[in-house]
Amino acid sequence: MAAKVVTIASGKGGVGKTTTTANLAVALAADGHKVVCIDADIGLRNLDVVLGLENRIVYDLVDVVEGRCRLRQAMIKDKRFPELHLIPAAQTRDKNSVSPGDMIRLCDELRPDHDWILIDSPAGIERGFRNAIAPADMLLVVTNPEVSAVRDADRIIGLIEAEEKGPARLIINRMNPTLVKRGDMLTSADVHELLAIELIGIVPEDESVIISSNRGQPVAMNGNKRAGAAFHNIARRLNGEEVPFLQLDSRDGLMGRISRLIRPGGS
Amino acid sequence: MTEEIQNNLIQIKGIRDGLLVTVGQGEWDELRRALLRQVEDKASFFHGARLVLDLGDRTLHAAELGSLRDDLSERGISLWAVLSTSHTTEQTAQVLGMATRLPSPRVSRARGSQEGGSAGEKAVLMQRTLRSGTRLSYDGHVVVMGDVNPGAEIIADGNVIVWGKLRGSVHAGASGNPSASVCALELAPAQLRIAGYLTALPVRRFLSGLVGKKGRSQPEIASVRDGQIIIEQWNPKEK
Repeated sequence: MAAKVVTIASGKGGVGKTTTTANLAVALAADGHKVVCIDADIGLRNLDVVLGLENRIVYDLVDVVEGRCRLRQAMIKDKRFPELHLIPAAQTRDKNSVSPGDMIRLCDELRPDHDWILIDSPAGIERGFRNAIAPADMLLVVTNPEVSAVRDADRIIGLIEAEEKGPARLIINRMNPTLVKRGDMLTSADVHELLAIELIGIVPEDESVIISSNRGQPVAMNGNKRAGAAFHNIARRLNGEEVPFLQLDSRDGLMGRISRLIRPGGS
Repeated sequence: MTEEIQNNLIQIKGIRDGLLVTVGQGEWDELRRALLRQVEDKASFFHGARLVLDLGDRTLHAAELGSLRDDLSERGISLWAVLSTSHTTEQTAQVLGMATRLPSPRVSRARGSQEGGSAGEKAVLMQRTLRSGTRLSYDGHVVVMGDVNPGAEIIADGNVIVWGKLRGSVHAGASGNPSASVCALELAPAQLRIAGYLTALPVRRFLSGLVGKKGRSQPEIASVRDGQIIIEQWNPKEK
């Protein structure tokens, strides 16, 4: 068993990197994969909060790197999914506490015993980002259908190409079909056409994402939610399955109405 | 900054734009170690310095150049420009967001490019999309086969031709040549300059490349006429 290291990055903050990391981790673990997530956002950690594990942190990433604990001691086991672990970021340090070389060594140590290592990158293009992409075998670039988020994603993809990392795949998060239909939002085709990398998922805007993040129960734990289903689809695509894309842009009106008829309040 | 540090592998001297490091012949690993040794020996001299690296005709890849930049930045030095006669190295540096030529007095170059005529002028060909954050500056014509995305910049002393969608910023005839032109299969730059003339295209037009209906776009050409920048459909029969 040799894990694949996947780094989730975006450039711009607030587009949903941490939510994506948490949900993909849950979706992969629910499918029986051994997953470890690493929060590389040192100083501004919150992957632990979204996963609902913040009250169990004893040691963190910087403790491991600086030799104050063994790797296993910093890995928090998620009781809901025995195959899911989190290595939290330190909250009281900064990005310079860890180097790209540290991240590569850490992942090499984790690889033999896991299927997937997911790294939640901080926003920005500086040291923290370079730490997060150093060990990556694959990158997932998260963006929103907004001009500013797309421009930052483009910059990030350029840097990933320059560092000869990759492949980079695209996740468009918070797609709002109603706005798209009115012509007030970039369509997924617009975003994909500009960024020109393989699209691996489109996640619809869904208030249950916020609610479940606040509860520390990623939405992917609930397959009935549209966003949860989208994350499960991405997890399956990561495993090489061909999963058709939900037609959010064009047919959602009809689909939405049908699904509301079948399970009222379900979306 | 006139202090000069020399040894047989690398030469360091102070210039107007920071410190110029010229590397000699030899294995890259050895040169790189020599440079880092110098930097560590004279840490206080180098701290906060802006470095220009002259690599001659050496070919370096992104991983090599990127890791050197990281090592230098950990020592408080910013590698901001790379000079090279190798095309690969130049492109690598540009992709990493470094400058590839130093600002030079504009007057002398302006004269050169206006007298040059079209025969034998130099041009650079980029066969890829320029993404946000990329800056390509060249003292000749620039041809891009690919898109120029919003947030990318092209600065050329000559003409700019984009075989793709131009949505970034572009400055043609940058050394003061108003007869330069810009053309693209889809011309929708955020900002377009020719010599000293500037046009900020209406926002609606810029967005048309991004939002809204997919109208068929026509190749267009921008040039200066009667003191302003005019954009017209490309019509080869009229030329």
